[in-house]
Amino acid sequence: MTTRPAPLGLDLLPGDPVQLLSPAGEAVGELPAPEVLLDLHRRLVVGRRFDRQAQALVKQGRLAVYPSSSGQEACQVAPVAALQPTDWVFPTYRESVALVSRGIDPVEVLTLLRGDWHCGYNPREWRTAPQCTPLGTQAPHAVGLAHAARLKGDDVVALCFLGDGSTSEGDVHEALNFAAVYQAPVVFLVQNNGWAISVPLSKQTKAPSIAHKGIGYGVPGVRVDGNDAAAVWSVTQTAIGWARAGNGPTLIEAHTYRMDAHTNADDATRYRTEEELTGWRDKDPVERLERYLRTAGLLTDEISSGVAEEAEALATDLRTRMNEDPKVDPLELFEHVYTRPTASLRAQREALSAELAAHEEDAR
Amino acid sequence: MATMTMAQALNTALRDAMTEDPTVLVFGEDVGPLGGVFRITDGLTRDFGEERCFDTPLAEAGIVGTAVGMAMYGYKPVVEMQFDAFAYPAFEQITSHVAKLHNRTRGALSLPMVIRVPYGGGIGGVEHHCDSSEAYYAHTPGLRVVTPGTPEDGYRMLRDAIADPDPVVFLEPKRRYWSKGEVDTAAPGPALDSAVVRRQGSSATLIAYGPMVALAMEAAAAAEDEGWDLEVIDLRSLAPFDEQTVADSVRKTGRAVVVHEASTFGGYGAEVVARITEQCFHHLEAPVLRVGGLDIPYPPPKLEEHHLPSVDRILDAVDRLQWEATSG
Ligand SMILES: Cc1ncc(C[n+]2csc(CCOP(=O)(O)OP(=O)(O)O)c2C)c(N)n1
Repeated sequence: MTTRPAPLGLDLLPGDPVQLLSPAGEAVGELPAPEVLLDLHRRLVVGRRFDRQAQALVKQGRLAVYPSSSGQEACQVAPVAALQPTDWVFPTYRESVALVSRGIDPVEVLTLLRGDWHCGYNPREWRTAPQCTPLGTQAPHAVGLAHAARLKGDDVVALCFLGDGSTSEGDVHEALNFAAVYQAPVVFLVQNNGWAISVPLSKQTKAPSIAHKGIGYGVPGVRVDGNDAAAVWSVTQTAIGWARAGNGPTLIEAHTYRMDAHTNADDATRYRTEEELTGWRDKDPVERLERYLRTAGLLTDEISSGVAEEAEALATDLRTRMNEDPKVDPLELFEHVYTRPTASLRAQREALSAELAAHEEDAR
Repeated sequence: MATMTMAQALNTALRDAMTEDPTVLVFGEDVGPLGGVFRITDGLTRDFGEERCFDTPLAEAGIVGTAVGMAMYGYKPVVEMQFDAFAYPAFEQITSHVAKLHNRTRGALSLPMVIRVPYGGGIGGVEHHCDSSEAYYAHTPGLRVVTPGTPEDGYRMLRDAIADPDPVVFLEPKRRYWSKGEVDTAAPGPALDSAVVRRQGSSATLIAYGPMVALAMEAAAAAEDEGWDLEVIDLRSLAPFDEQTVADSVRKTGRAVVVHEASTFGGYGAEVVARITEQCFHHLEAPVLRVGGLDIPYPPPKLEEHHLPSVDRILDAVDRLQWEATSG
């Protein structure tokens, strides 16, 4: 097997997970520039605050469901920070924090989870596909879009988020293979949080690691400490640059852990142990970067309180706006099934409209 | 005006669309240098280059899934599924994404893509090569599902499908690929979602689509000898369904038979019969009948004639429409 020469950890044969900051917050590798680290820190803090707020909103009945990414924030915000606005993101249901970090209005991000029928934001405006629930099915979309952009000669990289469990899906396999054959500028980022709802990774695969799966496709694989924002940023930045330069796709496996249940509807105590959680608490991505920045004298009290204020403001605004009942128009359900309405949908729309009018009449 | 086979008409439609619109791309399995197993894409790679017509890895979900991404970025992909039953791996992409993306994004994104599927039997194909899969697609809101019955419609409907901003499942009746007909590539033709009356008649309506249009025409000609003046409707579009054209005809004739190759149970014909009953009940002189395939997995070549609708079976059904006579 020949391996192509590649920069920083980018090789067909994945090495050990890249780590730049130890769990204690000590530099153990070449770190990104201070302004990058401060930006990552801000994104982490804001992202975590958003996540907490979303969890509270579920308890208050304001969200139908919420898949939290607490503990995985480094994997959510660092890849987004490494992208250009012209690049595209293909998120899963787990990526609310990533989308907020992308700049999308948090209320729009939560539109679907709030019980509305559409994705909330305009994918074209944010170059971000709707959050995808059928596992792995967004992966070929990322490949198609990246290939299309390359055919047009546009400088676009597609970042495709995946969960570890979803790597067992056929679509992920097909997408990796297509991406390799087309040399499409795609970065596949697998957040290996060890669990697919209640099923551990050991029941998904016998591969030495998820990154190793790239070998079979001719896609460079790289492993990274997913709770080290600096490392996740550096690795994705490298992969994005690699794709941008025309070298094709990369498969990144980020080792992380979701500290909360799969969603609010799940009971993680049925399948995970307290010891496992404790171990991961010590590797917290926010505290890790904060410790380093404090020790290095980069994070002053002033910056820190500014960031905290920003996070608080976002949470307050989110709370306020989510407390209003969303206006959902049942008649709009017919509007976008096709670009032009069919006779049959027009008839059903009229029937529903009459039903609504009758209800209103009864209510009077 | 030129005489051509449906295969040539489809090929011409792809060529003309690619010539007029540089965003039209063709891809799938063996569609490149080989020109597709049915030669529908013959010469496209040679004439338009490998970037516009290319072979993909063998993976139908991947083909449709990447087409979604390409359509999101402004291309109009026309993808080929090699055979009806080999489109099933792409089913999730088609039903969960192709059909829904426009709706999920509140209209911000549309998917102008065409999924071409050679379908149906009658060519002596072995298992997995002869399915009539239209009901799966027609049952899925968000998809347009159309099927031409003549070479001219092959040309016109494929052009219209490619130009349509909505995703279209384009079902090609493979047993009619080699049937010849006059094709006027300049004629605008009826709207993509409308049915047409292929033969005027007064005593009963035969409703058919795709591969069964020619058979229905044949049956109508044969029925003349028995004193029946049959009207034949070619549905063309299965979703949406042109209820108006069908209802107008059945209100006039008072009798109808729906013909399709697919297994009868839960087939597309059931929907047509239900709609006719709802719309034309007071005009009906007899129950609306279906002539469809048997409710069995598609049989082997030597036995397929027993499965498929035939002129005789259609004529038998027409005879049974003399409800008053038989029930009296
Ligand atoms: C095709 C498909 N099958 C099953 C599900 C139900 N489901 C939702 S999330 C999930 C687990 C996914 O685990 P993983 O890919 O590791 O991502 P994580 O949820 O841990 O982020 C399952 C089984 C689904 N959404 N789609």
